[in-house]
Formats: sequence, C-alpha cells, structure tokens
Amino acid sequence: MEVFLQQLINGLTLGSIYGLIAIGYTMVFGIIGMVNFAHGDIFMLSAFIALIFFMLVTAVLGTSAGMVMLALVIVLGLAMFFTSLWNWTIERVAYRPLRGSFRLAPLISAIGMSIFLMNFVQVVQGPRNKSIPPLLNKSITLIESTTYSVQISYKQIVIILTTAVLLAAFWYIVQKTPLGRAQRACEQDRKMAALLGIDVDRTISITFIMGAALAAVAGVMYLVLYGVVNFSDGFVPGVKAFTAAVLGGIGSLPGAVIGGLLIGLIEVMWSAYFTIDYKDVAAFCILAIVLVFMPSGLLGRPEVEKV
Amino acid sequence: MASNPTANPAAPGRDLKAAFKEAGFAAFVTLGLCIPIIAWGTRQNMDNVLVLDPRWDAVAWAVGIVFVGRFLMTLRKQGQHEGKAAVRILPHGTIAFFQRHSRVFSLFGLGFLVTFPAIAIGLAGWGGALKWIDNFGIQILIYVMLGWGLNIVVGLAGLLDLGYVAFYAVGAYSYALLAKNFGLSFWLLLPLAGILAAFWGMLLGFPVLRLRGDYLAIVTLAFGEIIRLVLINWTEFSNGYAGISGIPRPTFFGIPFTAADNGFAAVFGLEFSPLYRTIFLYYLILCLALLTAFVTLRLRRLPVGRAWEALREDEIACRSLGINTTNTKLTAFSIGAMFGGFAGAFFSARQGFISPESFVFMESAVILAIVVLGGMGSLWGCAIAAIAMIGGTELLRELEWMKQIFGNDFDPTKYRMLIFGFAMVVIMIWKPRGLISTREPTAFLKEKKKISADMVQEGHG
Repeated sequence: MEVFLQQLINGLTLGSIYGLIAIGYTMVFGIIGMVNFAHGDIFMLSAFIALIFFMLVTAVLGTSAGMVMLALVIVLGLAMFFTSLWNWTIERVAYRPLRGSFRLAPLISAIGMSIFLMNFVQVVQGPRNKSIPPLLNKSITLIESTTYSVQISYKQIVIILTTAVLLAAFWYIVQKTPLGRAQRACEQDRKMAALLGIDVDRTISITFIMGAALAAVAGVMYLVLYGVVNFSDGFVPGVKAFTAAVLGGIGSLPGAVIGGLLIGLIEVMWSAYFTIDYKDVAAFCILAIVLVFMPSGLLGRPEVEKV
Repeated sequence: MASNPTANPAAPGRDLKAAFKEAGFAAFVTLGLCIPIIAWGTRQNMDNVLVLDPRWDAVAWAVGIVFVGRFLMTLRKQGQHEGKAAVRILPHGTIAFFQRHSRVFSLFGLGFLVTFPAIAIGLAGWGGALKWIDNFGIQILIYVMLGWGLNIVVGLAGLLDLGYVAFYAVGAYSYALLAKNFGLSFWLLLPLAGILAAFWGMLLGFPVLRLRGDYLAIVTLAFGEIIRLVLINWTEFSNGYAGISGIPRPTFFGIPFTAADNGFAAVFGLEFSPLYRTIFLYYLILCLALLTAFVTLRLRRLPVGRAWEALREDEIACRSLGINTTNTKLTAFSIGAMFGGFAGAFFSARQGFISPESFVFMESAVILAIVVLGGMGSLWGCAIAAIAMIGGTELLRELEWMKQIFGNDFDPTKYRMLIFGFAMVVIMIWKPRGLISTREPTAFLKEKKKISADMVQEGHG
C-alpha cells in the first residue's frame, strides 16, 4: 500500500509534465488537424533555454533555497517567452506556407523541423548530457512506517502545484475570453470563423504560442525533476505526450490532462511492479491499442466520416 | 534565365524602405531566437561543473545573415509583383519533356549505373574508387531501394507508414541471426528475410486496417519503436545495444572474397583487392533495387496495383465498388515490407555488424522524406530525392577544404542532419507535392490525359 501511494505521487508528477506537453499537441491538432511532430523537440528546447537562464539567474541571485524559488519563477517566465517565440517562428516559417496544401505536406515539414531542432541543439550546445546541481532536495514524509515511508519531495509539490495553477489559468483563457472563443470557433469550422470576422491566421499563431508556453512549463519542470537535459530528450516524452493526447481524446483539453496523468501513472506503476526495461514499450503499446480500439479516446468526439 | 529579376537589381519601383523594415523585423526575431540558445554555450569544466561560454559573435553572424537574406528575398518578391515571371530553376516544361522521353532517360540512367564502378575506378584510381562506390554508390542505392519499397505503401496505396525501418530491421536481424547461428547462405536467406519481413508487415498491418492518415502514421511509428526497443532489451535474442558482429559476408556464388587460395581473386587469377567485394555488393544492391522498380511497375498494371491506386484516391468509393480494402491494404503493407526486408538482409551482409542504433526512427523519417520529397508514387522522383538527400549529406564528409576557412574545429559532418532537416522543410515549402509532382494514373476510362497530382489529391481527378 505504501509503495502504491509513493508511486501514485511519482506518477502524478510525471503525468503533470506529460499533460502539459499533450495540451500543445491536442490544441494544434484540434485547430489545424495536424500532428505537430516538432512539439516534443520544442519541449526539449525549452528545457535547454531554462537551463541556460537558470544558470544566469542563479549566478546573480545565489543558490540559497529562497533565491532558487525566485530564480525558478523568473526562469519560468523567460522560458515561456522565448519558447513561444521559437514556436511562433516555426509556425510562420514551416507550417503557414503549407496551409491548404495536401495533407502530408505539413506533417513532413514538421518531421523536418523536428530533425532540425534536435540537431540544432546538438550543434550549438553539444551532444553531452547537461546537468545542474539538484534543486529543492528536501521532502516531507507523509506516512511513517518501519519498512517503507511515503515521501513527497518539495520539487514534486512545486511541479504539481505549478501545473495545476497554470492549467486553471489556461482553462480560463480558453473558456472565458474572446481569444479562447475565437480558438474554439476556428476548431469547429475555420471557414465559417473567417467569414464571421475572426483572424484565423492570428488565432492559429496564438494557439502555437500557448502550446509552446505550456511545453516550456513542462521543460522547466522536467529540469527541476531530473536536473539533466540532452538534445535527444524530446522524442520519447513527445511521443508519450502524444499518446496522452490521443488517450484523452485528441482535440479535448481536459482529455489531454487526464491522458497525461494516466500515462504518467501507467509508466511509473509499470516500472515499479513489472520491469523497467519495457516501460517505453508499454507506452507505445497503449498508444497502438487506444488508436486501434478507441480512436476517439476517453473524452473525444467520434469522428464522422463525410462523403 | 533572362527573366531573372535578381539579374537587374536596379529595376524601378522597389520599395527599399519596406524591405528594410521587413528585414529588420526578421533580424529582431532572430536575435530573440538566438539569445538563450546560441548566445551562451554550456560546457562541463574540469570539475565537471557546467559553465557558460558567451558567444555573441555567433549571434551577430546569425542576425546579420538573416537580415541580408530577408532583405534580398523581399526585394526579389517585390520584383515579382511587378508582373515579372518567377525565377524558375527548371525551364517550363522540363518535367513534361523528361516524362515524354522517360524511356531514353531510363536507359541512360541504367547505363550510367551499370558502368559506375568502372567510371569511379577510371576517375579516382583503385584506391580512391572504394570510397566512391561504397559511400555513394551502395549507400544511395540502399536508400533508393528503401524509398521504392516504401513507395508501394505510401505512394501507391496512400498508407502513411512511419515505421518502415522496422521491416528493414527484421530483414537485417533475420539474416544476421540465421547466417551466424545456422550457417545458412546469403542466397537462401535473402528471400527468407524478405518473406519474414512480409510476414511482419502483414502482422502489423492487421490492427491498423481501420486507421487512416495521421493516426496510421503514429501507430506505425509506435510499432517501429516497439520492435527497436525489444531488440534493445531482449538481450538473449539480439544481444541488445552491443549488436551482432561477425555476420558472414556474402560470397560470389560460393566463392568468398578473401585473400585465401580459394578466394575470388585467386580463383579468377586476379590480384587481391578489397574492391572486388565492394563492386560485387554494388551490383547486388543495383539488381535488388531494379527488381523493386520492375515489380512496382508490373504491379501497377495488375488488378492489385490498380486497387492500391484507387484506395489512395478515395477509400470510400473504392469500397463501394466492391474492392476488398482489407486485402488491398495488407498486400501493400506486406509487399512494401518484403522489399524492406531484402534491403535489411543486404545491409547486414554489407556491414557485417548491426545494432539497434541503425534502426532508429530517424531512418524511417529519412526514407519517408525521400518518398514524399520525390513526389509520391514517382519512381524517378524517389531516385532523385535519394541522390540529393543521401548523396548531398555524404558529400558533406568531403568538405575538408572548409576547415581552412572556418578553422580546424569546424566539422562539416556535424551539420549533416541539421541541413537534412532544414532541406526537408525548404523542399516542402518550395514544392509541397514533391520534386516530380505530376503523377500519371495507370488506368483510364476513355482517353489518356495528363493529370497533375494536385488535382488528384484535391479530388478533381
């Protein structure tokens, strides 16, 4: 039981990160019907940006516990801004010219962009793992037991809380603001939205910016959790987040979060109770099974085939 | 190229101020992009602590290049708005000309391929030819063959497959394990590897029959990754990350390419040279690739090939006309996989060593890029794309002279995949339907008319 509780906490932490990335996938898919293949690499890039800013900021502020928290807040803002700029540029350069082109063109362009980003980071930052000293190492013991005590570390609390707060803010934007309304309109019918005076191109740009901002949050959290980044770290979390988006029902925002949490839990439980070697295989299998047997996911609308 | 607007930059009506503004904006954005990731490099110092190296000179270069590039591009675009013809790399009608005389060009191309080793030896000598035949000839032909194999699935049947490398891996491991553990010969295992890969193609094809488009792509990606991860983790079977080494090399119908008395050189009374094996492998992969092309061309004339093309154009119409879409999809998957298996068996025989590292997702992406960039369904397009993408990246290895300009730390191979990814994006934007984008449906109802792939894709065909 204690083991299960501990894994539940670990799974929720990991799942928050997947959920944040998954939202980027699900929003872009919802609005332009494209799998943004480069999104995982945007996440990786954001982790690198966060790493560099973190080093710069802590060089000024020092590394006492309070200052580290302050530094993290600053880094979070900076990483969100610069990652959004990257994704905005990518959408502008690589995807917008292909809008209205045939179905495969944006996907191929996105794969090209993914390869480009990964190798770009490898060239400019080097192929080796980049690590920072561990942050927020203290933890709270929740259940004390002679054999196994359940702990929740400060960084897990930070990750889960930040994710929850940002998701709430994000939810408010999508549901309550004119911007979110425009987004949902474009999702339902782009042509009609354009006829009603919505600037579709601008809305799509903003969607990419929001997706990147959340990916940047995930990137910062990833850095806090593991303390290590590598240029190739984007692919597997990217695929898992996509799995989460599909599992929750692609196009559905709460679905992406639920899917992310589920994937995180499944991965952690699998590693705890079965073998850690095959944890990625498990994630990929879930992806295949969900797509084959319930393509509309948990909360998605079933796709109607129009003739 | 008289209509090239960059040839007369002093044309009237250019709005320099607007171009300046545009370029300034682009440069500003570039500065923003560069600030975190280029301006500071991370490096482990002697105490294994990460330190930052400022690199503002690189940022300045990037911003400057983008500014100038954007400025020139805007000026060029303005020239086009004045009613001048766009710059064409190929004069109008070139592709149609090539297609009309495709038989002549095919024969010419074939002649070049057959004589390529002789040309390479003639130009580079015995020592230098090895590199050209191996790195360029064989390497490109492997990708041409993989491209043509995937072309059956993606180009003809319209099923987007992102896990093609799985079948390549199945073929490679089949040959490696069976040849090493049971000592079977290459010529027996080549068809066997193909059959095994086809079997796997069918096995993986079954569950994904109901999916289409992007979902199909993602599930095939998942399958490709699952096979690779199993190869990594199931060490008793595949030796994991370490891979399999000492794979028997193919023989010339029983005569090995060794320096021994019963070796190829000794039997034919020649002086021993490692080049013979390379030349043999070159012709082997050439034959395999041509077999793929031949089978593809013939299959397109068979009912199954026509069913593939019909499936690609419209699945619902296809089903309502009584075509069994299940069988059609499965045959496409398994035949495409079979050629992947052949290529895999050849690959492991050529390398003598394989590991899961050779079968990463990137390979699938590269093969798919070749098919799509070449113009889906076009054999010529695939071949040209493979030569451009693989040959181009291989050429980067030859750019030693660039060290003299950029200093000794400059390593052009580092930029190989970077340029590859960038080229994928650029080609897609420049020609979204691939390099050779006119596609000729094989079957017509009444008259034979040329139809562009654009029309077919959008449902006007």
